[in-house]
Amino acid sequence: MLRKIWAITKKNILMYYLKGPVVIFGVLFPLFLFLAFYIGRSLSAEFLIPGLLAMTLFFTSTSVSPVIMPWETQMKTLERLISCPITVRTMIFGDILASFIFGIIISIVPVVIGMVMGVGVKAPLTLGAAIIIGAFAFSSLGLLFSTIPTDLVSNVMMLSNLVKFPLIFISGIFIPVSELPDWGVAVASLSPLTYFTDIARFSIEGYAFYPLYLDFLLLIASAVLFLVLAVKLHERTLVRRF
Amino acid sequence: MEAIAVENLSKSFNGLKAVDRVSFSVHEGKIFGFLGPNGAGKTTTVRILTGVIEPDSGKASVLGFDVVKETLKAREKIGVVPEAANAYPDLSVWKNMMLTAALYGIERREAESKADELLGVFGISERKDSRVKTLSKGMKQRLMLSMALVSDPELLFLDEPTSGLDVASARIIREKIMELSREGRTIFLTSHNMEEVSMLCDRVGIINHGRIVAVERPGDLRDRIGGSLAVEVEFDRKVDLTGFPDVKARGNRYVLYTTDAHDTICSIVDFASRNGLRITGLNLHAPSLEDVFLKLTGGESDA
Repeated sequence: MLRKIWAITKKNILMYYLKGPVVIFGVLFPLFLFLAFYIGRSLSAEFLIPGLLAMTLFFTSTSVSPVIMPWETQMKTLERLISCPITVRTMIFGDILASFIFGIIISIVPVVIGMVMGVGVKAPLTLGAAIIIGAFAFSSLGLLFSTIPTDLVSNVMMLSNLVKFPLIFISGIFIPVSELPDWGVAVASLSPLTYFTDIARFSIEGYAFYPLYLDFLLLIASAVLFLVLAVKLHERTLVRRF
Repeated sequence: MEAIAVENLSKSFNGLKAVDRVSFSVHEGKIFGFLGPNGAGKTTTVRILTGVIEPDSGKASVLGFDVVKETLKAREKIGVVPEAANAYPDLSVWKNMMLTAALYGIERREAESKADELLGVFGISERKDSRVKTLSKGMKQRLMLSMALVSDPELLFLDEPTSGLDVASARIIREKIMELSREGRTIFLTSHNMEEVSMLCDRVGIINHGRIVAVERPGDLRDRIGGSLAVEVEFDRKVDLTGFPDVKARGNRYVLYTTDAHDTICSIVDFASRNGLRITGLNLHAPSLEDVFLKLTGGESDA
């Protein structure tokens, strides 16, 4: 099974991820969004880098994974793929793994930007663990978006953006959770991105709003929940693509 | 032994019966042709047999494996060229072959050797580093067949494998199908090409509106229709031949099935004289598989 998962991962990397526009978009989009917020405000680099890292990891891990299924349905490659002796789970794990690798690699960019700006990582192991779990959780979330049995990429992108953009604004990236009103904290606690951002702030700024164990626990719980839902829903909806 | 056994298989989409209590069997080592007009249920049947979709009711087994309960075991033994399916356009021919081999769990060295051999057989070795999107339709279809054969399957499902191909590509594929059959492999073939089905298949199943209307040898099917002869006549304009029994119109040409060619031809000549028609063509031949198909499906033109 592992060999088959890796075969699908390699296929996805070659077909969808190793494209100039995808890589450039993965780095530039969060950067520009962040600069739009940053320019004109006197914020420290230490505050900025965790947010940029969270946004980069979130956007890259959820950028391509939602559109693989509709693309493959449209290209008529999906039927050939599932005629092979593989399960839906194998396919989902292959898709998640490609997105996971892409997310982790691209997330190095904001860390390097931080280093160039003189921002060090105080807890590198904690940050590394958070990046791994976060990349997995957000990749699974991406796969969850693609459970709608459509071959229209635009439909999936619309749903994906409808969820992704509000999450960016409620997850302590632009405004720390500690500065939010009570209702804001309640809303932020619903977003898995909040917990990743909190761990990133702890690793770089040395301060976290939630207890670290709670951040990890809820991030892992989100990853498991998204993965189980993605697998179950894809198993139900895959046949409706034909 | 039966390579495929289908019993009372049914499948509906949004209340519409795509496959309705279909039953047939395919013997091991035989080529089975599956014909039907567009929307008759051919592709749905193939998708159920290859485990892509599940039936609503009925049973189907492939090489002894239940297609619903033992889908993966069945898929390990079969090769599939789905209708209108594509290889990955941005991957090279070689990478597509290696991907398929990996998905069948074939070891790298064995996969490379098999891929080399198959690309050579199908005449696309020199394009193995080309991206699939740069190949012609015929080459793409040869690649699809190579991918289906990389696992050395005992049973092949070929859904319209020569549809829309150039003569050379279609010929290579037909020759390979015959060779695979000689090697003892079972082939389930859907096709629009009557001549192809007639030439390749040991038995033919005809499906219409989701129901099987005939499963027989091509020769037996020909004998099954009303007369043993077909009189084909062409007039200088369209006419109404409803007065004649058992007639099918194809533009200005009409095919009349009869057991008495003399009487039928005399009636046609008489009809032409009475209506001031000019007979521009007249042929007498045994009914073709196409005639059988048109008769059994009520004249719907697509197979």
